[in-house]
Order: sequence, then C-alpha cells, then structure tokens
Amino acid sequence: MSLGMILRRGVIAAGAFLLAAPALAQRAPEPIRIGAVLSVTGPASFLGDPEDKTLRLYVNRINQAGGVNGRPLQLIIYDDAGDANRARTFATRLVEDDRVVAMVGGTTTGTTLAMRPVFEDARIPFISLAGGIEIIDPVQPFTFKTPHTDRMACEKIFADIRARGLTRVGMISGTDGFGQSMRGQCVRVAGAAGITIVAEESYGPRDSDMTPQLTRLRNAQGIEAVVNPGFGQGPAIVTRGYHQLGIRLPLYQSHGVASREFINLATPAAAEGVRLPAAALLIAEQLPTSDPQHQVVLDYKAAFEREFNQPVSTFGGHAYDGLMILVEAMRRANSTDGTRLRDAIRATRGFVGTGGIVNMSATDHMGLDLSAFRMVEIRNGDWALLGN
Amino acid sequence: MNARWATLLILAAVIAVIPWFFPSGYYFRVAALVWVTALGAVGLQVLMGQAGQVSLGHAGFVGIGAYAMALGPKYLGLPVLACLPLGAVLAGLIAFLVGRPILRLKGHYLAVATLGFGILVALVLVSEIAITGGPDGIRIPRPEIFGWRPRGGEAWYWINGAALLIGVWLALNIQHSPSGRALAALHDSEVAARTIGIDVARHKLRAFVIAAVYGAVAGGLMAMMNGFVTPDAAGFLQSVEYVTMVVIGGLASVPGAVVGAAALVLLPQALTVFHEYEHAVLGLLIMLFMIFLRVGIVPGLATLLRRRPA
Repeated sequence: MSLGMILRRGVIAAGAFLLAAPALAQRAPEPIRIGAVLSVTGPASFLGDPEDKTLRLYVNRINQAGGVNGRPLQLIIYDDAGDANRARTFATRLVEDDRVVAMVGGTTTGTTLAMRPVFEDARIPFISLAGGIEIIDPVQPFTFKTPHTDRMACEKIFADIRARGLTRVGMISGTDGFGQSMRGQCVRVAGAAGITIVAEESYGPRDSDMTPQLTRLRNAQGIEAVVNPGFGQGPAIVTRGYHQLGIRLPLYQSHGVASREFINLATPAAAEGVRLPAAALLIAEQLPTSDPQHQVVLDYKAAFEREFNQPVSTFGGHAYDGLMILVEAMRRANSTDGTRLRDAIRATRGFVGTGGIVNMSATDHMGLDLSAFRMVEIRNGDWALLGN
Repeated sequence: MNARWATLLILAAVIAVIPWFFPSGYYFRVAALVWVTALGAVGLQVLMGQAGQVSLGHAGFVGIGAYAMALGPKYLGLPVLACLPLGAVLAGLIAFLVGRPILRLKGHYLAVATLGFGILVALVLVSEIAITGGPDGIRIPRPEIFGWRPRGGEAWYWINGAALLIGVWLALNIQHSPSGRALAALHDSEVAARTIGIDVARHKLRAFVIAAVYGAVAGGLMAMMNGFVTPDAAGFLQSVEYVTMVVIGGLASVPGAVVGAAALVLLPQALTVFHEYEHAVLGLLIMLFMIFLRVGIVPGLATLLRRRPA
C-alpha cells in the first residue's frame, strides 16, 4: 500500500467520523419492542401471511410518522408454521429473551391457547388474531382478541332468518375445525335466537359432492332455510349442488367464505341470492360515506393493495386492528408497563377498526357487537350490502 | 462398559453445566425442549438404529402419550402424573397390537404401514372433537409432585434432563444386552438371525413397543410442560422430524439421537434471522450434514477424530 493511499484512506475515515459524530452524540430513543408469533407458513398461512404483511407495513408507517411517544416501534415476528408447541417456544422467547412490551399475534385458536399462559404469567398484554371464543371467554386479565367470533356469525345469521319470518333451519357443516366450531356455537345460540334446528348434515373437507346430504335436507320436514358453517371449497360445492338441485329455500353461508374466490368457485349463477355475514372490509366501496368505518376500511385496503399488489383480506384487517388498538393504548397510557398498558387497552372505547367499532371493558376483551358484521347478499356475482 | 458410562457421564455433565451459560429463561425452555424431544428420538433410535425397522408413525405414539395427560384427568379424574405411566402403558399396548401384523412387512411396505398408523392417530385426535377438543387442542392441568408445582422452563429443564438421562441409560443397556445383539443381528440380516435361532418377530415387536413407550413418555412430558396439546404433536411432519433426527444424528448411535434432536430443535430457533428463507436454509443444512457426515453427526465426527488424532 502506497503512502498516498494510506493518507487518502485516513482522510476518508476522518471525514466519515466527523459526519457521524453528531448522530452519535444525539442518542436515539430506545425502540418499543412489540412481538408477534404468526402462522406465516403451514396450513394456516392464508391467515398468517396477510397478518405478517399488515404488521410490517403499518409498523413502518408508524415509525415514518415519528413512532409512538417519541420512540420508534421495533417489531419482532416469529413463524410458528401453525404448530402450537413451536408457538409456545417463540412466545417464551419474546417474553424472556426479546423482552417485548406487548404481543399482537396468534393466528389460530390452537396456537393462541398454547401461548396464552406465557403472557398471562409475564403480565404482558396479548392481542390475539384468532377467532375462537374460548380465548376471551372466560376473560383472562391480559388476553384480548380482535376478530369476530363464530357465535356472532350464528347470531347475525339467525337474526336475519327471523327478520324474514322464518324459524326452522337445517344445517350442513364441514367437519374441519372451523366448521365444527361454528356448528357448535350455532347449536348453542339457536334456542335463544328463536330458531329450531330441524335437520343436520355434514361433509368432509375434501368431499367433492354434497348432493345426497342436500337432498336429505330438502326433504326434511318443515325446513325453511339452510345454514352452511364451513370454510374453503366445501361451501362453494354446497352452493353449486344447492343450485343444481333447484332448492328454493334461502341459503346462508358463513363469514369464512367472504372472499371473491368463493363466488368464482361456486359460479355467480349458483351463488345468486346467497346471504352471509361479512366484515365491512369486504364491501369497502359500497359503504355509505356516512358509515363510521368508511374511511378506515378504504384507507387500509388502499395501503395494503398498493404495497403488496394482492387483494386485501379480513385476516390482515384483524392484525391492523390489533396493532392500532395497542398503539392507541400506548399513547393514552404514555407507558409500556404491562399492567398500565393492559388497563389502557381495556379502556378502549369507540375505536374504529376494519372489524368494527371496538368498545372493550373488564368483562369484554373483544369489544365487538353484532353491528360489526354486515349482512350481504350475492347479486350478479358481486356483494350487495343489505340495509341493516 | 466404559464407553457406555462415558456417554452417560458426558450427557450428565452437559445437562448440569450448560445452565450456567443461559442468559434468560427462554434458553431453559429451549433446552428443556431439546431433552424431551431427544427422549422421543432415542426411542425411535432403538427401533430404527438398533433393530433396523423404519417407522414413519412415531409421532402417533407421542400424541397418544400427550393426549393421555389431558384425557386421563378430564374423564377418569386421575392426577396428571399418574397419566404418564398410563399413557406409556397404553402406547405400549397399542404398539403391541398394531406391531404384530405391521412388523411382518419389510422396507417400504413397513414404512407405509407405520405412516398409515401415525396419520390415523392424528386423524382421530383432529376429528373426535367432543373428546379431544379437535384441531384447537386441549388443556392439561398443571402437575403437582409432592406439593411442588413445576412451573416455567427451569423446572422442566431439570425434569426432562433427568428423564433423558434415564432414557439414554436404558437404551444403551438395551444396545449392549443379549437382546440388543439380537436386534443388531436381525438388523444386518434377518435370514442369518433366524438361522442362528433368534426369534425375529418377537425381537422386532419388542423394539417397536419400546419405541412407542419412549415416544409416549416424551409426549406426556412435553404436554405437561406446555400445559396444552394440539393434534400437531401427532402429525405426519412430526414423525418425519423424528426420523430426520435419528438419521442426521447417526442411526447406529444412541447419543446420535440426542445430537440430532438438539440440531432439529435449535436450528429453527437460530435460523429465525433468515425470516422467509428459514426453511430453505434448514433444508440446505440437513443436506450438507448428509453429504459430508454420511453416517450421521456423532459417528461421522468420531471417525474424523480417530483418523486425525489430535
């Protein structure tokens, strides 16, 4: 190395130091660490992937806007691949090693229930993104959730059936986790909703023809409407078979099929007239401007679709709601202490999210009521918001 | 004799010493997970490494052990701890009944039959929602050992470490007993083993039952540690992971199963820095292990050390 080169390098190094010095002198505020354990891969990835993308997108946006309480957010995401055992290990890691102040995550009910004791023991707020009602019922001091429950979907559907003056319902349910869980809730709330379940059928998650079950339902005595708790392709096949058999009774699907793919799979002709409860996000453009959720769902939809170039899903919306509830609570509490943060989350009132308007309390750690679901009907291959 | 005690001593020393280097409770949790997974893998090593019989349904027995901890207290009103031996006996019994017809098969046919068994167990756990809680899993009451309630990673670190030591000790004893030599003989050649008067069917069945009991105990401990179990514990992917552990650790080696389990539990934790490439890197590492240490990590390194004495 020549002397000249050494000198030149020395000058460059000194210059770099001088430039960096002011930045070093002004100590950056310590970031607030937020944890997430999501099923980004594995069988539940269609839930976990949009959640992961949403959290990363919005933590970046919040940081660009100056962070929370003058501190940037630091997001630590682990992928449990849908495995409860792994989820629990990562939860322990977030609490013990990464020392997060709160957790937004838990894609499935199974992983959430496996992780819950870790956060409860550590007294750290845990906002789950899973559907199961057992997560918050009975209420645990530090556990919250943002998605609607199956029970609410059943109640919404039954209310709509009653509004049509009908009471006698047949059910055809998928035997997968979602279908069975929702079926159980529907059976439980039917009595209180004034609904009689007169016939029940079921189908496997990979069945390709449900006409025998549908024929039995059609022939059931006094049946007035059919409800299909299910998820994935099953409900689409049910809808197609229903149409082919020419059954005229009203057909209700669950919030589990609230995606454009369902209409395509079932074919628009067969899906015509099918009703289902859905989150506002699904019908973002149709919401009247007077609707309190109008701006929130449009903004989220636009941000997500611009960034990732893929259609928005309600699951990512749950993650958005969880993160925003947490951030607002941190601002209100002006603290990252677990118990204070928990109290602030619990005090959430009138928060407008993609899932609905959230009013938490000491006895309600979800804070959504039936108005969070919108009854939609499929008309001409598109969603039509029913006046409710 | 010497080698056996040396292995045990090293393992005991490792279990006793590494907590000194743990910066937080999370490391206790991960290490406890390594010990309990290793216990399950050691059982499979007896079947695969010693008797030479492949099983793609090992997690089925792990699942039986794990769910015994949940269902025993719920339906029979038993204390949780009593369900650990109960689950082990149940798994052993099922292995005995299932093993009789299944172990007549060889090679790929045996692999498919055990695979079917594992999937069947997972299927029952998923679909019998009224009993098992279905895909969302089921809670396990916290156990009490003479008034002491083990809680958190540290307690389970010691419990699982002790269980693994006992498990490894038993497996090493099996390997060096007349029974173990019979297993080794039928591993090499079933025909030859039969001609020298070894009851091949009985020994295979015995190895299968032993593996099942190890799996059930490991599953039971893991379930108690987590306080919660989902049907994933019995899933096909778990079975494949157990086989991978035994193979990359070194089929013929009991401590190899421990090293293999450690690798497969620790690597995903270490690889989280790669985010979405995590699985690709994990796969790559396993391939590299198999290419450069063809007989497995423990026997492979042992040969390398012997060839180049320090």
